[in-house]
Amino acid sequence: MQTKKLSTLACAAAFAMLSGAANAQISGNTVKVGVLTDMSGTYSDLAGAGAVLATQMAIEDFIAEAKPAFKVEMVSADHQNKADIASNKAREWFEREGVDAATELVTTSTALAVMKVAKEMNRITLMSGPGSTPITNEQCTDLAVHYTYDTYALANGTAKAVTQQGGDTWFFLTADYAFGQALERDSSAVVTANGGKVLGSVRHPFPASDFSSFLLQAQASGAKIIGLANAGADTTNAIKQAAEFGITPKQALAGLLMFISDVHSLGLQSTQGMYLTTGFYWDLNDETRAWSKRFFEKHKRMPTMVQAGQYSSVMHYLRAVKAAGTDDAAKVMAQMKATPINDFFAKNGRIRDDGRMIHDMYLAQVKKPEESKYPWDYYHIRQTIPADEAFLPLSQSKCPLVKK
Amino acid sequence: MEIFGVPSALLGSQLLVGLINGSFYAILSLGLAIIFGLLNIINFSHGAQYMMGAFVAWIALNKLGINYWVALLFAPLVIGALGVVIERTMLRKLYKLDHLYGLLLTFGLALIFEGIFRDQYGISGQSYPVPELLQGGVNLGFMFLPIYRGWVVVAALTVCFATWFIIEKTKLGAYLRAGTENPQMVQALGINVPLLITFTYGFGVALAAFAGVLAAPVYQVSPLMGSNLIIVVFAVVVIGGMGSIMGSILTGIGLGLIEGLTRVFYPEASAVVVFVIMVIVLLVRPAGLFGKA
Repeated sequence: MQTKKLSTLACAAAFAMLSGAANAQISGNTVKVGVLTDMSGTYSDLAGAGAVLATQMAIEDFIAEAKPAFKVEMVSADHQNKADIASNKAREWFEREGVDAATELVTTSTALAVMKVAKEMNRITLMSGPGSTPITNEQCTDLAVHYTYDTYALANGTAKAVTQQGGDTWFFLTADYAFGQALERDSSAVVTANGGKVLGSVRHPFPASDFSSFLLQAQASGAKIIGLANAGADTTNAIKQAAEFGITPKQALAGLLMFISDVHSLGLQSTQGMYLTTGFYWDLNDETRAWSKRFFEKHKRMPTMVQAGQYSSVMHYLRAVKAAGTDDAAKVMAQMKATPINDFFAKNGRIRDDGRMIHDMYLAQVKKPEESKYPWDYYHIRQTIPADEAFLPLSQSKCPLVKK
Repeated sequence: MEIFGVPSALLGSQLLVGLINGSFYAILSLGLAIIFGLLNIINFSHGAQYMMGAFVAWIALNKLGINYWVALLFAPLVIGALGVVIERTMLRKLYKLDHLYGLLLTFGLALIFEGIFRDQYGISGQSYPVPELLQGGVNLGFMFLPIYRGWVVVAALTVCFATWFIIEKTKLGAYLRAGTENPQMVQALGINVPLLITFTYGFGVALAAFAGVLAAPVYQVSPLMGSNLIIVVFAVVVIGGMGSIMGSILTGIGLGLIEGLTRVFYPEASAVVVFVIMVIVLLVRPAGLFGKA
């Protein structure tokens, strides 16, 4: 009897030691999330301080929900949309500050640079802001997740819908850098595949403020649709000036990447009727409204899809750390990929081998001013694009990690 | 009809668009040229003052109900007054020092102003509607010209030439020019030179704000609108010849036209063409096209 008691005690002790050991696998008993984003430039409204806030909310909610034995901390920095600043900061974070995951990373060039450093240092990257498809294709890594959207999904939503509804001749206004070119290429492919024709394109410098020359060229092309393969201030200025030159409504504009912050800043008068593809809309259902209202109370603006995706990705990461009992990058990533994502942002979302998080995307149309009943009531959701159709099929993937 | 493979109608419309942009360049570079010519200050906050002009117009419309026409006068007055304060309290102390000190001070101020507006209004900017009287456009046959853009050209050029006239052809202008050549002598003749200089800076800044109000209905009113433009405007001033009033007006218009043509023939280069010209001009005529060596 005595021996049995003893052995039970010994078992308990061993178990305690083991679980102690499990805890010790979280380095410094602290999980540190780094938010590297554009705090002051063109993309600071769609990501920026709102993305930092979303991260804070995720951390607070995670601590309240999971009561983890480890601490969770956040650091943030402004990468100024420059790849060299981003990779230097990330390296400093990984080497000296014990950051476990670099997140957000709007602007593709910064994302690609940080992914490389993170892979080298065996850390995780979670990308909500950047858009280009090379992130999960030619340059994919096994420790990176591309979370919210990409140029393929945008083209596949907006360009497809517009072409199928009779907008079968296109002219592109393209920002002359990697993202704009990727967006033009992906959209052209979709237009052609759906029986449309691309009449031409013009590459404008990035960033530009006067679009009248480029718009006149688009007008001269006679295309039914002018595709805006740009983002942020470039898109808003182009839309505004298209109306000024009487180009719209004779020819229609398709904003290939538009955020709710763009619509808000332009107003419904100049954006009404435009189609856009988004990964998130605050007014979709009770769950999205509840979260977005909490966000709004602190930020005074409704969340963009990037900010909502940022919350969701950080939450998913922290839950995976807890479940895996370690902050080891490979183990956490395996846990993240094995667990479906179900929250206000995504239903049955999952992370594929190439690092692409697939979830439903939405084709939205901007409301007319008289249809908008309350502040930020901006979109009609016209179509839900199921996760499996929204993103580039794995069969076409150029990522070496994908087994075919 | 085609010229170098480009339909002449498209070419005509691009030249007109170039003229519109050129008038923005002209009015902004004019302000810079006056300030540099008469005060020897390289006013790096010119872009921020242009941006604030646009923001004052926006705030006036949305918070105070002041319409566009009043704002054309109101915004330059407000920002001009701010310029007077800056001159009195800060720039004044730097006149005896190297140009660089003025440049650094105004650059710092520009960053502070932009930071404040960015913090308050975010980066995406605000929409300013085209005033009712100037809405719509006319069909010129080769292009659809928005009436507002036509107005911009008329307003900008009128103000430019009026300014040139005041400085070059009136007694006040003569005092100004004399005051910068030999302040002691002019002071001895009973003219308050420091006051003259203060108002000159205020006026140069007011010109920037005026351009800002003109720009508000065309571009998104955003904190970075000035910094996007100011580098080009500096190049315009350098090409025209630092301090040359007529030079900066003509160069502004000319470069607008050249930039417009580049956008047709080789759009990718349209952002750099001004700087290429600047390099060539500096190599051939270091004092600028209209400058006195």
